[in-house]
Amino acid sequence: MNYGPLLFLAAFFALASSWCGFVLAPQLQVGRLQQTNTLSGGATYPVARSGLAQQGLQVYRANGCAACHSQQVRQSGTVCDVMLTEAGTNELAVISALLRLKCGSPLTETERQAVSTGAGERAPPVMVFTEQDARGMLTRLPQRVRQGLTKPEADAAVKELTAAGAKAQTWIVPVGPDIARGWGRRRTVAEDFLFDYPVMPGEQRVGPDLANVGVRLPDPNWHLRHLYAPGTYEKASTMPPYRFLFEKRKVRQEPSPDALVLPPELAPEPGYEIVPKPAAIALAAYLTSLRADAPLYVAPLTVAPPAAPATNAPVASGATNAAPGAPAAK
Amino acid sequence: MSEAQLSGPLPAEAAEADASSRPVLFLIFLGAACWAVLGSLFALVASIKFHAPSFLAAPAWLTYGRVEPAWRNCLLYGFCIQAGLGVALWLLARLGRTRVAMPGLVLIGTLLWNTGVIAGVGGVLWGDSTGFPSLEMPGYAAWLLMLGYLLIGLSGVLTFHARRERQLFVSQWFIFAALFWFPWIYATAELLLVTSPVRGAAQVAISAFYQASLGTVWLPLVGLAAAFYFIPKLAQRDLHSRYLALLVFWMVILVGGWTGIGNGAPLPAWMPAMSTVATMLLAVPLIAVALNVHRTLAGRWAGLKAEPALAFVFAGTLGLLLAWVLKMALAGADVRLPIHLTWLTPALEQLNTYGFFALVMFGAAYAVLPQVAQTEFPSRLLLWLHFWLAVSGVALMVVPLGAAGAVEAMRLQDPATPFMAVVKSSLPFLRASTTGDLLLLLAHCVFLLNVAGLAVRFYRPRAVSAYADATAELPLVEANP
Repeated sequence: MNYGPLLFLAAFFALASSWCGFVLAPQLQVGRLQQTNTLSGGATYPVARSGLAQQGLQVYRANGCAACHSQQVRQSGTVCDVMLTEAGTNELAVISALLRLKCGSPLTETERQAVSTGAGERAPPVMVFTEQDARGMLTRLPQRVRQGLTKPEADAAVKELTAAGAKAQTWIVPVGPDIARGWGRRRTVAEDFLFDYPVMPGEQRVGPDLANVGVRLPDPNWHLRHLYAPGTYEKASTMPPYRFLFEKRKVRQEPSPDALVLPPELAPEPGYEIVPKPAAIALAAYLTSLRADAPLYVAPLTVAPPAAPATNAPVASGATNAAPGAPAAK
Repeated sequence: MSEAQLSGPLPAEAAEADASSRPVLFLIFLGAACWAVLGSLFALVASIKFHAPSFLAAPAWLTYGRVEPAWRNCLLYGFCIQAGLGVALWLLARLGRTRVAMPGLVLIGTLLWNTGVIAGVGGVLWGDSTGFPSLEMPGYAAWLLMLGYLLIGLSGVLTFHARRERQLFVSQWFIFAALFWFPWIYATAELLLVTSPVRGAAQVAISAFYQASLGTVWLPLVGLAAAFYFIPKLAQRDLHSRYLALLVFWMVILVGGWTGIGNGAPLPAWMPAMSTVATMLLAVPLIAVALNVHRTLAGRWAGLKAEPALAFVFAGTLGLLLAWVLKMALAGADVRLPIHLTWLTPALEQLNTYGFFALVMFGAAYAVLPQVAQTEFPSRLLLWLHFWLAVSGVALMVVPLGAAGAVEAMRLQDPATPFMAVVKSSLPFLRASTTGDLLLLLAHCVFLLNVAGLAVRFYRPRAVSAYADATAELPLVEANP
């Protein structure tokens, strides 16, 4: 019997399996993603980037920035913190609850992990906790009273504090080396790239991760100066200067408002100025638009509620962080 | 696989098969050698930028983000795929005891392919990169590449169809699947990522699928086809086990395409999980290849010292095994270890393309071309020089990159270490890898010299006699009136 056609079919299906798995299925699942709402405030997320930032994305693509910069924050897990917001009226009961919760309590497994992986600049848990400490704690509210717990542990602590008449909440806190480094508040998810083309999550971190560079460095002028001369900010930077995105030109009647403010050793000779080309301005707009830190259902985290207004006057719009990840919000 | 077939088809048939493919094979390998040289020039420029970031930073087309993909595309499309197609065609003709069908198609296809790579690499340098790793060449180049591949592939399928030896050798399975697989994945990636792109992060999944399908399916299929043919052939043995080889075939085509999505990718969790499982399954073909090659060569290790082609193919196969081990280690690592976005990723990629595929192709070229030209290479010493340059170059590139990645991963884990300190600690290794790039550039120059030397050696007597014939007629013409 001739097995040729049968073998051909078998090979075809073997090859087709990965095609179905990683082309067809992602297209059905991820390719059909829609905008979603943030957990805090329910703002629409993501919002398309501004036109200038979209042009900047193309500059980013053309110059292969993704060869050195990733845009994916990675998260190794999620822990819960107990946030005490109000002490209530029965201070003694709250203090004794705090003492019960903290004094002599051994580190939980998640706490130990959080410490060993250095999760967060958050202080390591206090080992000896006195009544004095508890009293001091109550003067600085809201305050994280326990950190790095599992959800049931945190909920139990919240219950105990609530029973003492205080107001407490369980906060969801993503952890991981990237997050501890300040590269983001949560992991990067598919939603963050919804309106981008091409999507360039990067393969390598020759330079720092840029998923949230717009949060860390929101000033486009900083980016322009950095693109022109990366060495001015970090002597040992391995980033090449992108002088071809700038032009040196004679100052006409008065200096251009866009001209770079440079340290003397980099400044051009008098009568000349360094002006960013449109591509550089677009790239800076794109970089400042990179903010992928909105709390989402797929990557939850608790963010601080807006500070309570001092008066009864309505909150000024924009003063809230209802949509901290909305890229076009600036 | 019969003893007779391994010891080669009848001389007349072999000569016929080789003569039919001689000009195109010379063209393919000369083209591939030129791309290898050009690619490693770009690699060297990219590498020097780690010694001095402002080196050649002024012209936009030489900025790191353009030179680096230009280098990888020269290597992948200019050298690897082109040389792979050349070896595949020769193997199909030789194993089928027939001639390469319609060499004219191959000629046009090769010209189109090389034009495509010129347009593609030029486009990347010009700033037209698509932004997808391993698929940077812009859409206009993709059309040329696709058309060129289809013409060459058509000739391959026709050659396979016209085979006179009905019993199939395992290499034919590998090559036949590879011939179909590339247009499938390339068309998929081009259509869904460039021509009419899908939305959002689905691009990440498809791009990862393409990379894995090329690097973990196509390259191993063609490279192992060559290894399973040339290792027994050059060691004058039978392949130890046909069934082990077929196990490798089925495993590679079944799991290879699933291996691309790294832990922590911004995609639904089942995708990296599937990828990890698939990558772990590579242990099966890994063991099968190691066993098969070891058993085939058992007792004939001396052949490695005698024959540069065998040494190349063997070193390349070893490279594949190492690459798969590293790939499994990377896939198995927890997200808590930040090793996925470090220099270990390019170390793995270079190990797979240079350390495995390119080395096997060099060996295959050194085994094929003398038969095609029916003369020996001008200098055996140069072949060995190429071997040692290439192997030490690969080692001096991959090992420092791997070390840089390991250091980077360890230090990134501690958030108290500033990022610049992490960069500084990996920098000495990156600078060391420049030596590897330099050695590889030299190695590729020697390869070009060897192939060109053989071509000259073959064509010069013919050109001289043709010239003599042509000039000899002149007096007759003059004497006529």
